[in-house]
Amino acid sequence: MNLSKKWMSDYVKLDVSDKVFTDEMTMSGSKVEGVEYEGEKLKNIVVAEILSLERHPDSDHLWITSVNIGEDEPVQIVTGAQNLQVGDFVPAALHNSYVANGTHITKGKLRGVQSNGMLCSLSELGLNLHDFPYAAEDGIFVLGDDCEKVAGMDIKEAIGLNDTVIEFEITSNRPDCLSITGLAREAAATFKTKLNIPEPVVKYSGGSDVKDMLKVSNSAPDKCYRYIGAVVKNVKIEPSPRWMRERLRACGVRPINNIVDITNYVMLEFGQPMHAFDLRFLEGNEVIVRNARAGETITTLDDIERELDESMLVIADAKKPVAVAGVMGGEFSGIMDDTTTIVFESACFYGINVRATAKKLGMRTESSARFEKQLDPNGCLKSQLRALELVEMLGAGEVVNGLVDVYPTIKEQVTLPFEPDWVNKFIGIDVSADEQKTILERLGFKVENDVIYAPTFRIDIEHQADISEEIARFYGYENIPSRELSGVAAGYLTEYQAFERAIRSLLIGLGSTQIETFSFISPKYYDNIRLPEDKRESVDITNPLGEETSIMRTTALPSMMEVLVRNINYRNASASLFELATEYIPRDNEELPLERVALMLGLYGSDTDFYTLKGMVERVFYYAGVKYKVEAVSDNPSYHPGRTAKFVVNGKDMAILGEIHPSVCDNYDVKNRIYAAEIDFDALFAVKNTDRKYTSLPKFPAMTRDLAFVCDRDIPVGTLAELIENSAGKLLEELTLFDVYQGEQIAADKKSVAFSLRLRATDRTLTDEEADAAVKKAITALSEIGAVLRA
Amino acid sequence: MKDKLNAVKSAAIEKIQSAASTAELNELRVQYLGKKSELQGLLKQMGGLSPEERPVMGQLVNSARAKIENVLEKALADIKNKEREIALQKEKIDVTMNGKAAPIGSRHPLSLVTEEVENIFLGMGFQIATGPEVELDYYNFEALNIPKGHPARDSQDTFYISENVVLRSQTSPVQIRVMEETPPPIRIISPGRVYRSDAVDATHSPLFHQIEGLVVDKGMTMADLKGILLEFAKRLYGEDTRIRLRPHHFPFTEPSAEIDVSCFACKGEGCPICKGEGWIEILGAGMVHPRVLKNGGIDPDVYSGFAFGVGVERLAMFKYAVDDMRLFYENDVRFLNQF
Repeated sequence: MNLSKKWMSDYVKLDVSDKVFTDEMTMSGSKVEGVEYEGEKLKNIVVAEILSLERHPDSDHLWITSVNIGEDEPVQIVTGAQNLQVGDFVPAALHNSYVANGTHITKGKLRGVQSNGMLCSLSELGLNLHDFPYAAEDGIFVLGDDCEKVAGMDIKEAIGLNDTVIEFEITSNRPDCLSITGLAREAAATFKTKLNIPEPVVKYSGGSDVKDMLKVSNSAPDKCYRYIGAVVKNVKIEPSPRWMRERLRACGVRPINNIVDITNYVMLEFGQPMHAFDLRFLEGNEVIVRNARAGETITTLDDIERELDESMLVIADAKKPVAVAGVMGGEFSGIMDDTTTIVFESACFYGINVRATAKKLGMRTESSARFEKQLDPNGCLKSQLRALELVEMLGAGEVVNGLVDVYPTIKEQVTLPFEPDWVNKFIGIDVSADEQKTILERLGFKVENDVIYAPTFRIDIEHQADISEEIARFYGYENIPSRELSGVAAGYLTEYQAFERAIRSLLIGLGSTQIETFSFISPKYYDNIRLPEDKRESVDITNPLGEETSIMRTTALPSMMEVLVRNINYRNASASLFELATEYIPRDNEELPLERVALMLGLYGSDTDFYTLKGMVERVFYYAGVKYKVEAVSDNPSYHPGRTAKFVVNGKDMAILGEIHPSVCDNYDVKNRIYAAEIDFDALFAVKNTDRKYTSLPKFPAMTRDLAFVCDRDIPVGTLAELIENSAGKLLEELTLFDVYQGEQIAADKKSVAFSLRLRATDRTLTDEEADAAVKKAITALSEIGAVLRA
Repeated sequence: MKDKLNAVKSAAIEKIQSAASTAELNELRVQYLGKKSELQGLLKQMGGLSPEERPVMGQLVNSARAKIENVLEKALADIKNKEREIALQKEKIDVTMNGKAAPIGSRHPLSLVTEEVENIFLGMGFQIATGPEVELDYYNFEALNIPKGHPARDSQDTFYISENVVLRSQTSPVQIRVMEETPPPIRIISPGRVYRSDAVDATHSPLFHQIEGLVVDKGMTMADLKGILLEFAKRLYGEDTRIRLRPHHFPFTEPSAEIDVSCFACKGEGCPICKGEGWIEILGAGMVHPRVLKNGGIDPDVYSGFAFGVGVERLAMFKYAVDDMRLFYENDVRFLNQF
């Protein structure tokens, strides 16, 4: 909301600097977003009286003028304009001046004749024909009788381009502050001074009775709380006076003509949108407030045909809708140059419905933006009277006697008990009852016999807490003391949170970089990772920003892939990434999906292979204290069928890890080998065992036996290791794989696998015989699957 | 005998001092102090001396022996030092060469900031609570005093899954869930992802992170709110940080405030970071609306509370001087490895 300082001063007299004004208003709750000084860019432009006009000797279009700028000597300026006469008063940009677009004007010669400046058009002052409708369309701006024709006067003063405009951010609970009077009320309360908003006075010079000229009925009282119609006859459409145009301009509204300007002026002044209809086009001289009918259409003022539905409220005449209530008028309802009789509408509609209608029709207007926040039906009357008062003031027409006021249910004031102690206790302050009463009264509340009567325009007041806010903001938030919280409370991480942090640290220690990806993805991402159809049921967003972010992911693998591929495309040589990523799994018979966390790992780069990835996953499981079985996976379409494994704990798959399937890489158009792991983090947490118990350090020496076996190539090392572990007995302390060899000296379909066995007894020094016995058991076990000790 | 003793001593000392290696010294030790040394020989000859001379001579021999030993030890130490120095010289390497590359792991900046905020509040006795991101309309709006038709619910701002289910547009629904389950006193913060239908640009993202706080107890006031937030601001930006509360509007708090901190770059003088204002807005807060307490199953006549919320991206952008929010979700390792 833009506030004209000139306008506000009609209602409240303040004697403070702009800095103090904006600071204090912000601190009392009306946040200032910016201050603009009209005509700020104009420098050294004054009113000049044309004393003489002579043709330039060397030009057929230039004129040499001598102008009076209020100094002893006239000034010579050359101009190309053809619309000047001796005696005109015009803006003159003198030597060393600036016009609106920032151009610096200096003296010089035009075709050999000295020119000490430039005479200005409207656009050079940053204005247009809406501001001064009588000005020549292209030519110098000749000041009219509504300007001060004083030679030498600063042009900004002379034409009223000198207002200060303050832009406020108005929160949605305060539609009453979307008005000059509303902000003036806040200003008066902030600076503890008097507010004076006079009651409008209407003379009804048009005689007769409005009820003979206009019929109003309301068949939707749930959507229209009040409708006041008034009629003005013998309307003379012309530009409105300068002061009105000036104020509209300051508030960012373009002046059109006197009647339209009056409706806008009242809207800005009181926050109540007004509408004016041409009575000629109201068939049956009738206004009917009703729901739109299915299939009904209206062409709105912006020349677009709109289809209406039954949820929308319209203003109709006997035959057709003439306006979408509170949003926009129809094409024939507007004011034209030959309009002679008008109907002023001042109404109050159900805000939520206005909002819904404006949204459905895709046209949010100044009017709907106000109505949708819910206006006060009690404010309609004053606004209507003010509009009529302005008509009379401007001589724009004759107001017909009386009003048609359809107001089925009068809105009562909200009352609350006056409880200053409650307020003090709630806020933590000590403000006397008298002071609290004064604060409330300045804001238009009435306090009588310990009852607070809230003004009906304050739609936000419903509860004692709302009263406390009024007290707090005018007592000053800055004056509320600051108290340290007392009492003992335990702040600690839950086990889950601590585990998350530990795993995060672990992975960073392993050289992995944490990423954060969007939870919503495109359904096409499932194609990219070749996810089976039966795993694609996702939580869909009904109003997504775009297809790219339209479903909640059920797997974070595509998110990881996107990031890996992006880094590859950025030519980053390698990456090791992880994310604790939420996945959203729809559930039968539950409104909300299961939200589970997956620990995602992703790698690529020259030093990276499957075992790099597996080493990291092993570290995670080691930290978690979880024992697992590793099984080869060959049937997951996202992963390489020969380079993928899963970790299984108690029969449950806890992790899948492997090289990404080359066909998936093709889908991402990358050639690199990419490795990824998905760990079911919540399941891992559920079985984790991070309690550590110390085992006493060995007191007796260990023996090491290195054994190499030759076996079929397709026997996994894991199978050999498992057999050794199960057969060698308790003495086997640690089994380490140290070599796998295929090639010369080994049969083509065989491989050599070398293990180191560390054997130890906890209670004695092991003898060679004991060690040999254990090794022999292992050799026997392996021989059963055809693995023989290599000579 | 005495002369001989002195001659042996002088000769030994001279040879020792001119020795050039540890080996040479060890030989000299045997020669002058060993069982077959001249000194030993002299001791053996003492049998021929008178009982009066014997102890005097014994003392002289021992003293000479001690002297030789002393000189020898010193010479040995000197030579060892010299030899060590030579060896060290030979082992000299070029320390300006690069270190062996250790893998670079790093925390995501949003996660770093979140943890920093979490730690501050853990220290003040807060617990960390979480809740679903796909949330019931009731928790995201209705229970937070945002009835149907309220501007904040407009689907232009909120992502809908169905009529009753939304992607939470704020972390505040966690407040209600916590209140429903926990009797006061309550002191929680709830960090997490939130969703609003804003197109991606340098300062907007349809997904971002918030951290919200809630305190409910008997006798909580705005003074307590101010105290907590001042403490938070000091922990985050330094002991000399000040805060400023400005009246604002949120549907679920009353009174409500926006909170500015004195600019951490210019200390309130005014600079480009704070756009010359000396203050930077970082938080929204207020007293929990009594109706919201009631919706959480807490009697507003007995308890009162306050809540506050902060945007993680905003904090991180200020903290790390990041000027484009998209960097956080692009996950370019060249960006991430700077943290």
